[in-house]
Amino acid sequence: MAGRDGADTTRRVATGSRSAGRVVGSWRAAWLRVEAHWTWYRRYWQSSLYSSGLQPVLFLAAMGLGFGSQVEAGPATGGLAYVHYVAPALLVAGAVQNAIGESSYPVLSGFKWQQDYYAVTATPVTAGQLLGGQIIWIALRVGIACVVYAIIALLFGAWLNAGALLVVPVGVLAAVACGVPIMAVAATTYNEGERFAAIFRFLVMPMILFSGTFFPIEQIPGAVRWLAWISPVWHGTELARGVTLGGLGIAPALGHLAFLGALFGVSAVLARRYFYRRLVV
Amino acid sequence: MVEAKALVKRFGDFEAVRGIDVQVRKGEAFGFLGPNGAGKSSTMRMIASTSPRSDGDLRVLGMDPDVDGPRIRARLGSVPQQDTLDTELTVRQNLQIYGRYFGMSRADVRRKATELMEFAQLAERADGLVDALSGGMKRRLTIARSLVNDPDLLLLDEPTTGLDPQARHMLWDRLFRLKAGGVTLIITSHYMDEVEQLCDRLVVMDGGHIVAEGSPSELIARYSTREVLELRFAPGEQGGIAEQVAEFGERVEELPDRVLVYTGDGERALEQVHGRDVRPVSSLVRRSTLEDVFLRLTGRTLVD
Amino acid sequence: MRTAPTSSTTAPDAAAQSATAPARRGPLLRMLPAPLYAGRARALLERSAMVYSRAWLVFVSGVVEPLLYLLAFQVGFGKLVEQVTGPGGQPMSYVAFVAPALLAASAMNGAVFDSTFNVFFKFRYNKTYDAILATPLGPLDIALGEIGWAVLRGGLYALAFLGVMAGFGLVTSPWALLLLPVALLVSFAFSAVGMVCATFLKSPAQFDFVQLAVMPMFLLSTTFYPLSVYPEPLQYAVQCLPLYHGVELTRGLAVGVLDVSMLGHAAYLLALAAVGAYFTAKRLARLLLR
Repeated sequence: MAGRDGADTTRRVATGSRSAGRVVGSWRAAWLRVEAHWTWYRRYWQSSLYSSGLQPVLFLAAMGLGFGSQVEAGPATGGLAYVHYVAPALLVAGAVQNAIGESSYPVLSGFKWQQDYYAVTATPVTAGQLLGGQIIWIALRVGIACVVYAIIALLFGAWLNAGALLVVPVGVLAAVACGVPIMAVAATTYNEGERFAAIFRFLVMPMILFSGTFFPIEQIPGAVRWLAWISPVWHGTELARGVTLGGLGIAPALGHLAFLGALFGVSAVLARRYFYRRLVV
Repeated sequence: MVEAKALVKRFGDFEAVRGIDVQVRKGEAFGFLGPNGAGKSSTMRMIASTSPRSDGDLRVLGMDPDVDGPRIRARLGSVPQQDTLDTELTVRQNLQIYGRYFGMSRADVRRKATELMEFAQLAERADGLVDALSGGMKRRLTIARSLVNDPDLLLLDEPTTGLDPQARHMLWDRLFRLKAGGVTLIITSHYMDEVEQLCDRLVVMDGGHIVAEGSPSELIARYSTREVLELRFAPGEQGGIAEQVAEFGERVEELPDRVLVYTGDGERALEQVHGRDVRPVSSLVRRSTLEDVFLRLTGRTLVD
Repeated sequence: MRTAPTSSTTAPDAAAQSATAPARRGPLLRMLPAPLYAGRARALLERSAMVYSRAWLVFVSGVVEPLLYLLAFQVGFGKLVEQVTGPGGQPMSYVAFVAPALLAASAMNGAVFDSTFNVFFKFRYNKTYDAILATPLGPLDIALGEIGWAVLRGGLYALAFLGVMAGFGLVTSPWALLLLPVALLVSFAFSAVGMVCATFLKSPAQFDFVQLAVMPMFLLSTTFYPLSVYPEPLQYAVQCLPLYHGVELTRGLAVGVLDVSMLGHAAYLLALAAVGAYFTAKRLARLLLR
């Protein structure tokens, strides 16, 4: 990186250029995008207080404590109080919803309404670095929200042990694995119509209802249980319960990690291609 | 600064730019003139290194955009046809964030933003949201933003479209100052007066081809006469007039709402027209413009 | 962007009508000055119907959503909690307990969505209402028309929901038919209040505040568990929430357990609807007729 900057400076002298612009390295460029998002966030953080901070806590209070008071601890909850059973899963579900929300309209806006993505790619920053910055930013934002949730859940007495610390990175991983495919969709969306509304209603909501968030997927009839197995939320939920409640073997844990990692990897490659296709034409 | 040979841009089956040759020299103001859909913006985006060429050869600042895109863009300023400002941030934040993409330090972008807000007369709106700015102010901010890296080459795609006359003149003034400061300018427009005033040299584009090249005065001298007589008639009475007045000028064009007589001496032609007992509702003698050049070359007016 | 389907009414014709109208039309027309209300809220309904006739999703989701939720409660939550104490102290299955509450909640969600998001975008960005006010229609026509549409849509949702409930075998009392009018009442009350809120919003980012009001109400209004779960002071707080009264009505009617307190619940919602409609018209008049 430094070497490249140096070469650029020499070249400027050689060509008698007066320009102050130079190319920055890829990671640095992505980070500059995070910096831009941060500038926006400093001004508007209050407006995302609910969706990123309060919603998961509300669910924890209503479902964990309220509904949970009606649940007898039994084999379905692994012998645990319902609030302990549901707390890690709600972190994952909240993180996933948060990431999907941030990957849909805000990304489409960069292409379509605000069009600020086109402004960025007119600078030395490339479309791929722009995407990288977007992913890092969402991971950071979701990470902050998860930490806030984890602390409040602690006040609820929802955590049983220090394994809860690992639930936060699990939540971020599941969130990014679910958010990046939506970015790819946003990059290929020209007239949004009802596309995102349909995704929220018919994909995200069922995914959260039937992925073991609130009840074990063993209760789902065997013929359709495979739907839960392909749901990234389920893999995230299993990992999250595993790290704080235990009972998850190494092999299945690696399997869940691999699934989420593969989903992230494949969709990142696709999203990168679609970002280039849309921004460099 | 820019050298294009047989440059082509295709979108699927559609050929937007059909093999053009262009050379832009250091320090000059170069114009692309043409109607909507002539291929100006596609050419501009290829030069801006945001759009890969489909065929032909292109060098910008001595580099190949396909290989050195980011390096070229580091030294370019680009004003797109539509403002791409971040409307949820302030004027100052827009400038600072954009500057950071060019690898400039925080201190540098702070200093530069202040300087550019002066230049664009937006200093008193510095910490106001972009959303609240008028169209002219937003355009000025977009231009100011394109200067944040002190570009060697500034690309302006229809910089004044949609602005009121006062705002246009103010922008022209800023562009003159930049040119005086040694910045090479490339401008597209479908306004003749803009190109005539700003550009040292221009190409006229139509249907993806370059149909003429030269300085504004050269083009007018080559393709038009010194003066033009415009004759307007009451609706429905224009039929057959063109034939009657044809002999009074070197050339006659008939438009839906008027007849144009191209001649070295417009007043004399008008007398002759009156002598023939042709009675237009109104008449006007004026100097030839690039619009007439375009009409001559394509048989169409520039702004449909 | 879209023109309102009011062009069939020529202006002089309408002016003549509204000039002679007060003698013959309903009480609202006699009470309110002509610039506020032209008695043509129906035109707004027609407009909404035209716009939505292409949005198939709205109607599909009206059926699919309750189906998904009830399914989740049948196979999932209902297995965790076999029985709860229902209205009148009788034990009932958890799905039967939750289903009528979800119906009320979905009526609320639909109404709030229609009256805040949709109205806001028409109001701020599309300038739809400015175009409509250039015709003989007044702000109250707009308010009633938009609220009416939200109610109509809410009714369709409720009908679909009731159908799905019947399919799950959860409709056991003939009184359950009354769930439909109750859903309409809930829709009316929430869309009226929602519209007032929409006129105060300034940017799309502020919709988070709408969520901030709606989601806690959805989760905490005894939708998922009986009121007795709360400690006593909290019980009083929950009883102030409008959705609580909707849930009480639907849950009682679904199993056919009626009592006098239902009149109180209905009165609460009616009052909310009236207050909301009144302030909506006032706010629109202040914002649009300047």
